[in-house]
Amino acid sequence: MSDLYQQIVLDRTRHPRHAGRPAHFDARGEGANKLCGDKVSIYLTREGMDLHHDAEGCAILTASADLMADAAAGKTPAQMRELAAAFTQAVTSGTPNPALGALNALTPVADFPSRIGCATLPWRALEEALQDV
Amino acid sequence: MSAILEKVNIEALREDFPILKEKVHGKDLVFLDSAASAQKPRAVIEAMTHVMTSQYANVHRGLHYMSERTSEAYEAVRDKVAGFINAAARDEIVFTRNATESINLVAYTWGRTALKPGDVVAVTEMEHHANLVPWQMLRDAHGTELRIIKITDSGEVDWHSLEDVFADGRVKLLAVTQMSNVLGTYTPVERLAKFAHAHGAKILIDGCQAIVHRKIDVRAVDADFFVFSGHKLYGPSGIGVLYAKADILDAMPPFMGGGDMIAHVSYQKSTWAKPPHRFEAGTPAIIETIGLGAAIDYVNAIGMEAIAAHEAALTGHALAVLPNIEGLRILGSAQDRGGVISFVMKDAHPHDIATLLDRQGIAVRAGHHCAEPLMGRLGVTSTARASFALYTTREEIGALAKGLERVRKMFA
Repeated sequence: MSDLYQQIVLDRTRHPRHAGRPAHFDARGEGANKLCGDKVSIYLTREGMDLHHDAEGCAILTASADLMADAAAGKTPAQMRELAAAFTQAVTSGTPNPALGALNALTPVADFPSRIGCATLPWRALEEALQDV
Repeated sequence: MSAILEKVNIEALREDFPILKEKVHGKDLVFLDSAASAQKPRAVIEAMTHVMTSQYANVHRGLHYMSERTSEAYEAVRDKVAGFINAAARDEIVFTRNATESINLVAYTWGRTALKPGDVVAVTEMEHHANLVPWQMLRDAHGTELRIIKITDSGEVDWHSLEDVFADGRVKLLAVTQMSNVLGTYTPVERLAKFAHAHGAKILIDGCQAIVHRKIDVRAVDADFFVFSGHKLYGPSGIGVLYAKADILDAMPPFMGGGDMIAHVSYQKSTWAKPPHRFEAGTPAIIETIGLGAAIDYVNAIGMEAIAAHEAALTGHALAVLPNIEGLRILGSAQDRGGVISFVMKDAHPHDIATLLDRQGIAVRAGHHCAEPLMGRLGVTSTARASFALYTTREEIGALAKGLERVRKMFA
């Protein structure tokens, strides 16, 4: 059962590095899970050089948002969208992708069909934020 | 009843439920999600198989042997249900798809004829969406008003709020759960019915949860409407019940049109059958209805009092054990409560709790439990919920506590 809840996932849930709504931001996207009421907002600041999240949800959602903020920072909108597509593919298929680095810790979620949506919610919020860029 | 005897009985009863022998992720299944839907005893499974293998045809239509036998078996369930909830007459029992459909039927037919625009429907803060959304839809379509009666922090009906809501005399229906599917609270339905009637209102009781755990007597309570689903009562899904007093049903127009619900049909117009058939258009859930009959026989054979006593002991045990887990908080502390326990943990989200318990073979529900506004009232977005049934054991509550302790350590 620890496959999904690897140390990095637990660590990012307990001590997220990019949590909190910044005072100023360039773009914001939101994701909400109708089934469970979980919510996440993603903020882009300094023209995408930094990402922040405000998550009200489970460990999988929070870790996904926090690791995403690491991985997507400094990328162009097109690259961020590519990353989102690669992440979604990896957590749906369960196949790690070297390009995803630490985000591969979340690929075991593929074995938990009802939880895949938790992992991808921050990425849908990111895609929404990118529409504002 | 000695602890040993009780254990022997429960172990014997568990033999009746084939699914309880299944393994989940290589572990023994610990099924603590019966409030969502209960497992089925062999008697129900076999009754349904028997219909399909040796006694099946459409009901109320054929003049042949199979149709007559099937109609008899189907209609016999109406008598069983009437007896089970102590209705005055079998014709007060309408078969529906589930309790949700029963409430929608009332809202759509009685609501649009007996209620006038400006009349008020009152519900409590702890209703399932099934006993809230149909009244919102009626409000939007028909101009009735919807009022919400508050609950106390312990999860009980707030009597002051109830009196406020009824103060102007416009409430014509009190629609209330008999047992919260989130908090486990039993509401004082007898007292609520007296109150509603004294204020010129009818009462609809959502008995989905309560009927599984307590003897129901619609006449003693003086319920105008009482609804429940078969699948929580160890019966199949796809069959529900609406009970309503005969004079109320008699005045209600049909819900859906079609076969079986008519008296006479011409190309120009039709006249309606008498209740209950007026509300049972089309081929009903024949097999499922017969399955419900078998479920009622099954719980009657054990006895609702014995089931209630067993579950009360389990609930007391769980309420004593679970709070020992550091950071765990049980929602609701009603005086009169049953075996539905919602909880949150300090550092673990309900989803993570449910996933981690599932990997240990333990099934609990996590989410808003179709009571999203209540989550807001309780100041949470979701909870984890363990719910008990006649087949639940003390050992399973022990397994839950142990599993939760592992979850706590992981997130500590």
